[in-house]
Amino acid sequence: MEQKKVQVYATSTCPYCKMVKSFLDENKVSYENFDVGTDIGKRNEMIDKSGQMGVPVIDIEGKIIIGFDKEAIKETLGI
Amino acid sequence: MYETIIVGGGPAGITAGIYLARKKVSFALITMDIGGQTLGSGGIENYIGHQYITGPELAEKFALHLKEFNIDLKEGHEVKEIKKDGSAFVVRSDKGQYRAKTVIVCTGRKPKNLDVPGEKEFYNRGITYCATCDGPLFAGKKVAVVGGGNSGLEVALQMVRIAEKVYVIELKENLTGDRILADKLNEAGNLEIITSAAVARIHGDKFVSGVSLRKSEKQLDIQVEGVLVEIGSIPNSHVVEGIEKNGFGEIIINCGTETSIPGLFAAGDVTNVFKKQIIIACGEGAKSAIAASEYLYFKG
Repeated sequence: MEQKKVQVYATSTCPYCKMVKSFLDENKVSYENFDVGTDIGKRNEMIDKSGQMGVPVIDIEGKIIIGFDKEAIKETLGI
Repeated sequence: MYETIIVGGGPAGITAGIYLARKKVSFALITMDIGGQTLGSGGIENYIGHQYITGPELAEKFALHLKEFNIDLKEGHEVKEIKKDGSAFVVRSDKGQYRAKTVIVCTGRKPKNLDVPGEKEFYNRGITYCATCDGPLFAGKKVAVVGGGNSGLEVALQMVRIAEKVYVIELKENLTGDRILADKLNEAGNLEIITSAAVARIHGDKFVSGVSLRKSEKQLDIQVEGVLVEIGSIPNSHVVEGIEKNGFGEIIINCGTETSIPGLFAAGDVTNVFKKQIIIACGEGAKSAIAASEYLYFKG
């Protein structure tokens, strides 16, 4: 089965963003990572998608997860 | 039934876990995350053995050390209630209910709210309590750091490098943080310190656009897109009922981490321990694990 497209909007300092990425790495899920601290275009995209400014935001093919919600990530990815 | 349940995975809970694992006590560690408040610390320069380490890096080292042992770690749990049930204790989280002969409460502290109009509406819409996480989102913008203590000044130092302008709002007449931090801040050209001022209201449309302050009976409005709140913290002690607490809501312990309820121990920032520091919390966690295992040996 093909893996769903995963995008992670994060800052370089945020510990919860690191946890999300380690969790995805551990589960061999590939993802695109955007540093919204430096990439203003992606920052605005994240705000548009999630309607808020807290990181991390994870977009799994349109399903938006705010924060390191392990259960929601697992459920959405079916892992 | 476990012999012990540790509630909380900050420095105190992790240390207690390592000690109990080495003593081969059957226990579970129930927590939302591994690291607790350490995860939100910028730079740490007073944890012995590390001249400088960031909070997340130290938390990662703590987690690695803990996971050396094959322990029953229940992560992502929000503990709702800890209560005595006959001769045992019941710990209830949003995901389950667990029983143990002893409990070690290491639930730490959480940031204090401003309790002003607009705070709830604009949470994560310009207001943040985790500057380490969300600070970079305000690069090139105007922000207010509320609180002139050490945490506030550290956040201000982080923000003057990236924000267009930084206001530091302090309730008292003078900043209360360490002089060395205030001196470093004074070198920044984009900083304005407003003392004797209280936040009265946070406003905006979809996101924060400004803050109204009350300064000497007058209203002062500043235009900012970010509000970083650093006004101290309160203990997460509400989960334990019927336990003796002090006027700050901290669980009262003796020097052996015993509380007013036999078999219930508490360690770290949630207690009335003298000073809230990572290194102190670790020491308290160690003491609590030794105390709990002695309790189990003699009374369990």
